[in-house]
Amino acid sequence: MPVLEQNDRRIWKRRDRATQMRIWLTWLVGVSILMLCWEYISRQTMWIFVLDAPQQAFDMAARMSNPRWEYTEVILVPMWDTINIATLGTLLAIGVAVPMAFLAAHNTTPSRALIRPLALGVIVTSRSINALIWALLLVLIFGPGLLAGVIAIALRSIGFIGKLLYEAIEEIDPRQVEAVRATGAKPAQVLAYGVVPQIMPAFAGISVYRWDTNIREATIIGLVGAGGIGIQLQSSVNSLAWNQVSIIFMAILLTVLVSEWVSARVRHAII
Amino acid sequence: MTAPADTPRRWRKAPFIAHAGWRYALYAGALIYLVIGIGSLSVDWGRVIAGLDRGGAFLGAFLQPDFTSRWNSIQEGMLESLAMTVVSTVFGVLLSIPVALGAARNIAPWPVYYVCRGIIALSRAFQEVIIAILFVAMFGFGPFAGAVTLAFATIGFLAKLLAEDIEDIDRGQLEAVRATGARWLQLMNHAIQPQVAPRFIGLCLYRLDINFREASVIGIVGAGGIGSTLNTAISRYEYDSAAAILLIIIAIVLAVEYSSGYIRRTFL
Amino acid sequence: MLQIEGLTMRYPTGDTALTDVDLTVEQGQVIALIGPSGAGKSTLIRCVNRLVEPSAGTIRLGGESVTALGAGALRLMRRRMGMIFQEYALVERLSVMENVLSGRLGYVGFWRSYLRRYPQEDVDEAFRLLERVGLDHMVDKRADALSGGQRQRVGIARALIQNPDILLVDEPTASLDPKTSRQIMRLILELCRERGLAAIINIHDVPLAMQFVPRIVGLRAGEVVYDGPPAALDAARLTDIYGEEDWSGTTRDDDPAEARDAAHKVAASVDAPEIQRAAGS
Repeated sequence: MPVLEQNDRRIWKRRDRATQMRIWLTWLVGVSILMLCWEYISRQTMWIFVLDAPQQAFDMAARMSNPRWEYTEVILVPMWDTINIATLGTLLAIGVAVPMAFLAAHNTTPSRALIRPLALGVIVTSRSINALIWALLLVLIFGPGLLAGVIAIALRSIGFIGKLLYEAIEEIDPRQVEAVRATGAKPAQVLAYGVVPQIMPAFAGISVYRWDTNIREATIIGLVGAGGIGIQLQSSVNSLAWNQVSIIFMAILLTVLVSEWVSARVRHAII
Repeated sequence: MTAPADTPRRWRKAPFIAHAGWRYALYAGALIYLVIGIGSLSVDWGRVIAGLDRGGAFLGAFLQPDFTSRWNSIQEGMLESLAMTVVSTVFGVLLSIPVALGAARNIAPWPVYYVCRGIIALSRAFQEVIIAILFVAMFGFGPFAGAVTLAFATIGFLAKLLAEDIEDIDRGQLEAVRATGARWLQLMNHAIQPQVAPRFIGLCLYRLDINFREASVIGIVGAGGIGSTLNTAISRYEYDSAAAILLIIIAIVLAVEYSSGYIRRTFL
Repeated sequence: MLQIEGLTMRYPTGDTALTDVDLTVEQGQVIALIGPSGAGKSTLIRCVNRLVEPSAGTIRLGGESVTALGAGALRLMRRRMGMIFQEYALVERLSVMENVLSGRLGYVGFWRSYLRRYPQEDVDEAFRLLERVGLDHMVDKRADALSGGQRQRVGIARALIQNPDILLVDEPTASLDPKTSRQIMRLILELCRERGLAAIINIHDVPLAMQFVPRIVGLRAGEVVYDGPPAALDAARLTDIYGEEDWSGTTRDDDPAEARDAAHKVAASVDAPEIQRAAGS
């Protein structure tokens, strides 16, 4: 915050001229990028359909507001499948992510030069690719069905759980570990007594949070054939059966609210 | 080990749930659920074995990705995804700020609070792809529907976190600025903004990350971006093109993540 | 019993923490290690059980070389050295009993320790030690629910259940109030006397060290600059160790013998009930 002398008076300015110019320039570049992107989208858009949107929205709302209640029976099993995909996928992911996290954390990895980068590579790859893309690939391999969905959810979650968990491991209190090592404990005992108790709250919180997220993810992977409510959603949307779509939405909303409540309760109980 | 043991006292680790009945009920319930859940998978092992060849072929394609034969549509899809990411993040951020101010209990009046919390809950309840299906039905195929989808999802995500930050701010600073006779906007600018801005900018960068990842899939339901190209490549069994697209996605995700991390470290 | 010869420790950054330290501790002898922050006190006791790997020199415990041991043998050696830490270093989310029993980790196998199925003798000994330090009513409390003095008592019990030959004590009173500090020092000294244990106590509270410990070793910039009884530790010697300062009120130049006798009387007169009362409060 420079103070300038001018005609014997001291003038206070928030920034000096160069900083101010740099800030203006950054804004200019930012806004230009935004305009370019907008122009690109605009070129790819049929504006006639967009202008028609209010009409469409009213039409959809009208059809959805008259839900076909009999359809509820049809989606009970798919909803159950959806929950199973999320739960089993999360469990599977935990099974892989926990060892991965210990291999990736710099204070527990057996080899910083070789194994740590490999484990980090697995975590990064898993995290970069959306569950829907994993599902797309896995349906090719395993065929349509729940198995592809479970593995897709698991593959995406490994990176998420692995990253947060290895960060938690790196943040533990080293003195507690040192104290356990000083008793003459074996390396496995040092992990079990010095490290694991310290990361348990983080681990439980991360897992439950991911399970909650996975319920949402599991509602869509059916769109590519990987099981769950997404299959019914896809066919109802394709046949423009909006009165069924509204039933599906209500079912999803209910499940998501319940899972969010469960996950919040568990996380509170742990802390 | 000096004195001989008087009366041996047993010690067992206090169990997770004190009541034995409940504990075993929980274990049994978990076991039954696992059996039923895994049973419901109904795996067709013949199909899996047949599919493993394809899996192998796909992994092989990663070693020889084909960037050239579909380059035009890959390029178009990528640009579309990036454009959607930028536009949706900017508009999402701009719209999330007023919603967050309305959803912070310590500065918003009750009716506004409930409306804004409602908007947040609505936007967070559904996965982006489901919202995309609705907006595609309303706005037609293309990146516009995608950008609106992501902006909508961004509002729920950022407004919730920002509102929580605002609720956690130091009341003393708020009172001090209010005591100077500042108007509402001045209060926001001098008391709230300095306290929440650094973390909010970090969250915006994180959301930029998420938006790109989502922009690479919502094309599957027709909302523009690389997703439709990828879907086409996979359903035509063009593994080498699909591998090329996935590699580009991973590279861009890494680049975005690395640069947002860099920005956070240097400027915040 | 413990012989340290020519111990030198250089960190990879090039900083020298210890230079050519020679120190011998006899069976049952307690020494206080004093010196300014950064003098290498912590490094010295961590070299003894090789939590820090020394660069040169030899360390022997009961005639057996510590410095030459491989990983497995080192673990067996560590069982013979109980360590007590600054700020306790308890595993915060485990219970008092689990923390005490963790001192037996070097003796029991992994699965036994993992399932918390310790041999009954270990559990008996743990109860006995917790009684001795006045905490037998808090067996299933979690360590992070205890006060500072209580945590340090748990830390002491954890070190003793190892059945060690020597205690390595790192700033046991650094985060305690004056009264609790004295209780903890007294407890450590008593336990050493009861069990014939040797101990090295790092401490930066000089009056406390002089009051309780019969042999003082002063460390400055990684070198031993004083080794003798507290009575001979006058202002000039303290200046050797810590540098220039007005030391009046710290030393007992006027009548050191009387002060030391008084301290010993206090130490000898303490009995378990007082400690129990203090722990309960």
